[in-house]
Amino acid sequence: MATYLEFIQQNEERDGVRFSWNVWPSSRLEATRMVVPLACLLTPLRERPDLPPVQYEPVLCSRPTCKAVLNPLCQVDYRAKLWACNFCFQRNQFPPAYAGISEVNQPAELMPQFSTIEYIVQRGPQTPLIFLYVVDTCLEEEDLQALKESLQMSLSLLPADALVGLITFGRMIQVHELSCEGISKSYVFRGTKDLTAKQIQDMLGLSRPAVPIQQGRPLQAPEQPVISSRFLQPVHKIDMNLTDLLGELQRDPWPRPLRSTGVALSIAVGLLEGTFPNTGARIMLFTGGPPTQGPGMVVGDELKTPIRSWHDIEKDNARFMKKATKHYETLANRTATNGHCIDIYACALDQTGLLEMKCCANLTGGHMVMGDSFNTSLFKQTFQRVFNKGLNGEFRMAFGANLEVKTSRELKIAGAIGPCVSLNVKGPCVSENELGIGGTSQWKICGLDPCTTLAIYFEVVNQHNAPIPQGGRGAVQFVTQYQHSSTQKRIRVTTIARNWADAQSQLQHIEAAFDQEAAAVLMARLGVYRAESEEGPDVLRWLDRQLIRLCQKFGQYNKDDPNSFRLSESFSLYPQFMFHLRRSPFLQVFNNSPDESSYYRHHFARQDLTQSLIMIQPILYAYSFHGPPEPVLLDSSSILPDRILLMDTFFQIVIYLGETIAQWQKAGYQDMPEYENFKHLLQAPLDDAQEILQTRFPMPRYVHTEHGGSQARFLLSKVNPSQTHNNLYAWGQESGAPILTDDVSLQVFMDHLKKLAVSSAA
Amino acid sequence: MSQQGYVTAPPFSQSQPRMGGFSAGFGPPNSSLHYGHYGDPNSSHAAAPQPGLSKSTVPLGSSAPLGPLPPGTHQVSQNNFQSGPSAAGQQPHRFQSPLPPNNTGPSYPPGSHQSQPASPNTVSTSCTTQLANQLNSMQINSYGPGAIQSSHTSSGHPQQLPLMQHQMTLQPGPQIPPPANNFSGLCAQSSLSSIARQDGIPGSGLPNPNLQQLPGQTPGPGYHPQQANYGPQMAGSQLSYPGAFPGGPAQLSGPPQKKLDPDSIPSPIQVIENDKASRGGQMYATNTRGQVPPLVTTDCLIQDQGHASPRYIRCTTYCFPSSSDMAKQARIPLAAVIQPFAIVPSNETPLYVVNHGETGPIRCNRCKAYMCPFMQFIEGGRRYQCGFCNCINEVPPFFFQHLDHIGRRVDHYERPELSLGSYEYVATLDYCRNNKPPNPPAYIFMIDVSYRNINSGLVKLICDELKTLLDKLPREEQEESSAIRVGFVTYNKVLHFFNVKSNLAQPQMMVVSDVGEVFVPLLDGFLVNFQESRSVVNNLLDQIPEMFADTNESETIFAPVIQAGMEALKAAECAGKLFIFHSSLPTAEAPGKLRNRDDKKLLSTDKEKTLFQPQVNSYESLARDCVANGCCVNLFLFPNQYVDIASLGLVTMYTGGTLYKYNNFQLNSDSPQFLTDLRRDIEKKTGFDAIMRVRTSTGFRATDFFGAIYMNNTTDVEMAAVDCDKAVTVEFKHDDKLNEDSGALIQCAVLYTSVSGQRRLRIHNIGLNCSTQLADVYKTCETDALINFFAKSAFKAILSQPLKVVREILVSQTAHMLACYRKNCASPSAVSQLILPDAMKVLPVYMNCLLKSTVLTGRPEIPTDERAYHRQLVMSMGVADTQLFFYPQLLPIHNLDLKSDAVPAAVRCSEERLSEGGAFILANGLSMFLWLGVSTPPELIQGLFNVPSFAHISAEATLLPDLANPYSKKIKSIVEHIQSQKPYTMKLMIVKQREQPEMLFRQFLVEDKSIHGGASYVDFLCCVHKEICQLLN
Repeated sequence: MATYLEFIQQNEERDGVRFSWNVWPSSRLEATRMVVPLACLLTPLRERPDLPPVQYEPVLCSRPTCKAVLNPLCQVDYRAKLWACNFCFQRNQFPPAYAGISEVNQPAELMPQFSTIEYIVQRGPQTPLIFLYVVDTCLEEEDLQALKESLQMSLSLLPADALVGLITFGRMIQVHELSCEGISKSYVFRGTKDLTAKQIQDMLGLSRPAVPIQQGRPLQAPEQPVISSRFLQPVHKIDMNLTDLLGELQRDPWPRPLRSTGVALSIAVGLLEGTFPNTGARIMLFTGGPPTQGPGMVVGDELKTPIRSWHDIEKDNARFMKKATKHYETLANRTATNGHCIDIYACALDQTGLLEMKCCANLTGGHMVMGDSFNTSLFKQTFQRVFNKGLNGEFRMAFGANLEVKTSRELKIAGAIGPCVSLNVKGPCVSENELGIGGTSQWKICGLDPCTTLAIYFEVVNQHNAPIPQGGRGAVQFVTQYQHSSTQKRIRVTTIARNWADAQSQLQHIEAAFDQEAAAVLMARLGVYRAESEEGPDVLRWLDRQLIRLCQKFGQYNKDDPNSFRLSESFSLYPQFMFHLRRSPFLQVFNNSPDESSYYRHHFARQDLTQSLIMIQPILYAYSFHGPPEPVLLDSSSILPDRILLMDTFFQIVIYLGETIAQWQKAGYQDMPEYENFKHLLQAPLDDAQEILQTRFPMPRYVHTEHGGSQARFLLSKVNPSQTHNNLYAWGQESGAPILTDDVSLQVFMDHLKKLAVSSAA
Repeated sequence: MSQQGYVTAPPFSQSQPRMGGFSAGFGPPNSSLHYGHYGDPNSSHAAAPQPGLSKSTVPLGSSAPLGPLPPGTHQVSQNNFQSGPSAAGQQPHRFQSPLPPNNTGPSYPPGSHQSQPASPNTVSTSCTTQLANQLNSMQINSYGPGAIQSSHTSSGHPQQLPLMQHQMTLQPGPQIPPPANNFSGLCAQSSLSSIARQDGIPGSGLPNPNLQQLPGQTPGPGYHPQQANYGPQMAGSQLSYPGAFPGGPAQLSGPPQKKLDPDSIPSPIQVIENDKASRGGQMYATNTRGQVPPLVTTDCLIQDQGHASPRYIRCTTYCFPSSSDMAKQARIPLAAVIQPFAIVPSNETPLYVVNHGETGPIRCNRCKAYMCPFMQFIEGGRRYQCGFCNCINEVPPFFFQHLDHIGRRVDHYERPELSLGSYEYVATLDYCRNNKPPNPPAYIFMIDVSYRNINSGLVKLICDELKTLLDKLPREEQEESSAIRVGFVTYNKVLHFFNVKSNLAQPQMMVVSDVGEVFVPLLDGFLVNFQESRSVVNNLLDQIPEMFADTNESETIFAPVIQAGMEALKAAECAGKLFIFHSSLPTAEAPGKLRNRDDKKLLSTDKEKTLFQPQVNSYESLARDCVANGCCVNLFLFPNQYVDIASLGLVTMYTGGTLYKYNNFQLNSDSPQFLTDLRRDIEKKTGFDAIMRVRTSTGFRATDFFGAIYMNNTTDVEMAAVDCDKAVTVEFKHDDKLNEDSGALIQCAVLYTSVSGQRRLRIHNIGLNCSTQLADVYKTCETDALINFFAKSAFKAILSQPLKVVREILVSQTAHMLACYRKNCASPSAVSQLILPDAMKVLPVYMNCLLKSTVLTGRPEIPTDERAYHRQLVMSMGVADTQLFFYPQLLPIHNLDLKSDAVPAAVRCSEERLSEGGAFILANGLSMFLWLGVSTPPELIQGLFNVPSFAHISAEATLLPDLANPYSKKIKSIVEHIQSQKPYTMKLMIVKQREQPEMLFRQFLVEDKSIHGGASYVDFLCCVHKEICQLLN
């Protein structure tokens, strides 16, 4: 093992885990002094094409409070056929099937390379995946047409045996019965009346009839499939029908666009709740505007009242917000309980109420997609990508996951942040201090894909005066039970261990094992999580204080001498991440609508480390004749006339032509054969952008602009404003473009940080 | 009473002192006795035991002479009628009056100038048909078919119209057994015997044996309307007129009794035939105020010359008493039966449409009456005086026209609003909802697709029929196609709406299961033009029966269905009709859910009225909403059992809809009837979203309205729709004295939306006379209209009063009217004489029919639904319909003249008119029977049924086979003729003499006593006579 960097990378690839600290401080006191909590980013279903799942049940520790899974860290007595649980030290008998094991004949789960292992288990009946489309019909004709086509297209992407259902809504909600011949039949609900799940099921005729009604009619024996199949049908049976049905969808004919999103979702949830609880199902909501009536309405139907802004929210002027949020939260929690997930595809130029509806996607692991119109490639391709298949030809989606975390006794679980809900399972390893969604050792993630990443925070509880024996290791086990897209039930088990170190004597070990990238993302998640409930400035202040404390702890400096301040390599980038995080839309609401903030935060809370870092600090590449494309500083000084810049902020891909390049392009040099190299130069960033676009979900907004273009603001707002109209010395120099802003630049930020870190007063 | 000697039944002994007390306490026999709806100003009497009716215990037929006739105002009548008391027991002296010129009608007492030549003694023998029958001791004297030429035409008194009078003397002899039905003839019989005593004819002294056998009966004279006071144990015996006594069939089989010769009592058939003979086929011009039109049964050509045709308006009397005192005395209801959309035959002129342009119709500034022939133009035509409120109004410049030498506008005959009784105005936006021109109306078909209807094939029948029927939606005459849009809903426990937009490949079904708060799930595509959406609609109609073919849903909803239809019309901003095809009690959990509450124990109790009231209140508010949104509800019911028509029909009733009921619907036998009804109803001429206002000239006003209407206030009659068969009966009351010169003017204005969506005003004007002479009032009465009024008011009253009270009131009202006549108009005669005004000659028989109707007969064997159904139908009937309904038409068809086109003359509805060798058709507008005597000529049977003999006829048949022989053709044409212009299709039932179904048939022989306990004509006559006698005392 050469460096910690390699170690971290290897661990991430194998286990999908990245810890903020890879050597753990051995006592509670020291751990708190580390400022950045001991935490990890876990990608439970990280794609492992090299990991063949085993086809048997995991072996569990027999202690009822432990039930840890047999793993390579366990001590095994091959002769006695016993193994000792590395979490509770319980000695367990191997099950009879393991009679033949020996040092040379080990089961996979004991081999060190299988610190992550996946079991396929046979439990319960396999139900096909369910896709319930909930479609807004209050759309412009063009949008509706585009949406219809996307939906029709999607039918061919679904697994053939998947069940599919359709609910359309506008002023009314229509639940379409898909098994009808000759006539299209739907159940209609009023958009203004909230109904309980029971009422919905009664009205849809889903409740079992109490008594057989007519004498002489044989009762159909398999009641359940018959009932549910009216609204949810195997796609291969009804794709023609459904295609026609979608084709005939009309715009909501009522005079005003009244959108009953709240009730529509409620019905969708109720329908699945009554028919297929606890099976993998996606409710896919397609909406073209804010809910305007009924429970969950976000704005009134009068056009004179605009939808709430941050300003309104601060002034407590958003009169529908609280009620609507409550409605959607209730729905989201019900959905999560049922193990279904809700996707929101919101396409409109104005806000669509994502702020209120965000919990539907956040709590259930659903997707949230925001676009300007359904008739854009952004939506079309994003939607298509939902049904993308992974490396092994399987859908990149999984359902109803139950993530359980087990820790060795020095460690407790403080909480998790990600697209999950608490299952409220208290246990010996649950900490009383909560970070994120805490108070439990199990979470439910109703919808997840191979990228879905949770931040899990721990607390070291070992007392200072109870030293850990030399060479002792702390262990954490993650057990994720989920429904695979092939409808199999699977269990993925990841067991990791890290060394303890005494912070007083071995601080340099701990320091060296600091993963600043993971730490930045983990801190950012905490900050964003706080920002949902706290005032923005408070969160920033908290982040700043944490940063200062970290610098004080790990910086090398002479007291009160800012110039002497140094940070070791493993911390060197961390302040910069924090600088960009402070400027990011996750913490800054200025210039963003509440919907946009919700959208950004939603994605930040579920993407993996790499993507999260891109979101915090966008990547900037420069293309010029001076050499091959190179990453450059996200700084205004990188904006040069003879450069083409490619910026990836995760949400946007911006190609920016420098002043000179833009002029050349206008002059048409690229079309002249003798300037073919210019043509290639122009083409290079496009190709690279294309590559990013291909893989990213959701599709980023693609911006192609040039010096002085209005869309250049996407770039200018992201780069570090090292040159502004305030520091005039840079004017006229060939060193980049000045930014018109009052924001502090990284240099100023760092200067202040140093000053504060070294200050003895702090 | 005690002198009668048969106060044997214990319960009565107690009551006698009190009865005596009553007689002492309540003096004048003609004191008013009304229930509230009759609008007696002395309302305190309404609830009190009716003193007026209290059959005073004073011995009947006391020999005391009649009191002096009212002085002063009654001079004319004193002159008219031979005055001077006649001693009891005397052979009655009838004065003779000249017969009218046409000499077909019965005679009448002449005006005062005429009375002199008619010396009573001489004329009575020579000119009257004296029917004194000593054996029967009942004399009925009629001026009927006498052939005396009237001399009154020479008189110079134009207002003295012929007054007809019918006198009868009832003189029971002691040896005469009581009239035919001993159970019901009680009072008649007792009165007869009392008369007998006073007549001094030696009475047998024997108590009537029949009476003794009936301990429950009221002994002594008369009946006791106040018997309610005696406590419930007497309920069975308290019914106040003979018909009410529960008669057992056993009594029917009692010893044969001698009967009064039925031919001697006034015959409705005779009256009808006489009127037909005198006025039928002629032209009747409405050019004179207060002239009495021909009877409804008479065919004639009516020409509007300033007053509305009797097809539109008929009045109970065409001469109003000038003061309210007079009106109270006469007790003749002042009412008009208005059928604003009545069909006029093609040979009469349809209504002209007047367009006054943007200003809208010209109206009186004060009372808002519309321009009409009653407006008097003055000051050279610059102003006009309103005939109703006498306000002087400016004539708008565009309307100005000069007057001619008699003060009439030069353009009098060019403008319908100046010269005609009925016409229409084009309404302006001011008359429209929200000041927006209305959309064309819509028809929504709402089909119950529960298990029963699917199973019976009804749903398929309806769907198949609709496919052709929708091409026949009503349209304006000049239009190519109908503007009416159609929509479809099916329902069982939930509602299914259908999108049948023309551009759809297939219909879309939308299920609304939120029946608690029903709503319309779609706007576009629900109501469509049939021509445009024909293929989708036909596709849908093909599919509906299949779609529910395997349904097992047996529960239904009802109120949400109406609600849904109403909401749909509201959303489409148009008026319209719902056609609901429903079959069962709505028991599913939803608003308007009903339970079976049919309780026979409630009959004859104070709670009986609840059976006619809706079970839950929601129906009433639903009806109100429907009316407010112009949603008319037509209900086709196919019940197998109790469905609570009182509740289900309520909305139909209030919204001007029509209720159809097909008991135990059988596809093969009942579909022709149903389909004809459906077709007719869809094609019916209808006005939508209508509001009617009746304005009157000063001195009286409309106080009460009866019909398929809704009233939000006291003046505006709201009807979600009004079709050609719906009539509103309006009662008038005096405010003040009426002026004989200006008369009593009535203007009825109906604002409505036409089938093409035009807003129109239909105006009917009629002028009546006023008189200070009661005789004039009696002369111009119309019995058919009276019966219509009595029926509607009584049927309305049963909602709030016990049946018994309502019936008593009807009897006493009859007696009062006749007694008042006797007292004030007729020549003095023996008390034992029954004297009937000629115009009311048939009032007793009709009144008896009304009393015997199922609605007013609370018998357990009559289903409650049937009664509620009849009640509802009658409430909206016009005069012709009630006439036929209460006195069915009985046509002999065994001795037809096969060569002539004429319909055979009807015969009286009595068993006596039937014969074993005859065949008869009987129809009352709802049912039709073909009665075949056991020895009907085989050739007739062969001709009709194509079977050799009586025994081969299947009684199940409801249609006569189409046979190419003169019998069949003739009978078919007769049946068709009977059916024509009737609002309901009559299912033909074949009744063979002496077979079981005959019992049903016999109920319609209304002159006979009824198996349900109705009195026979004769008995009732006796009863009324006795009442009158008591009143006169």
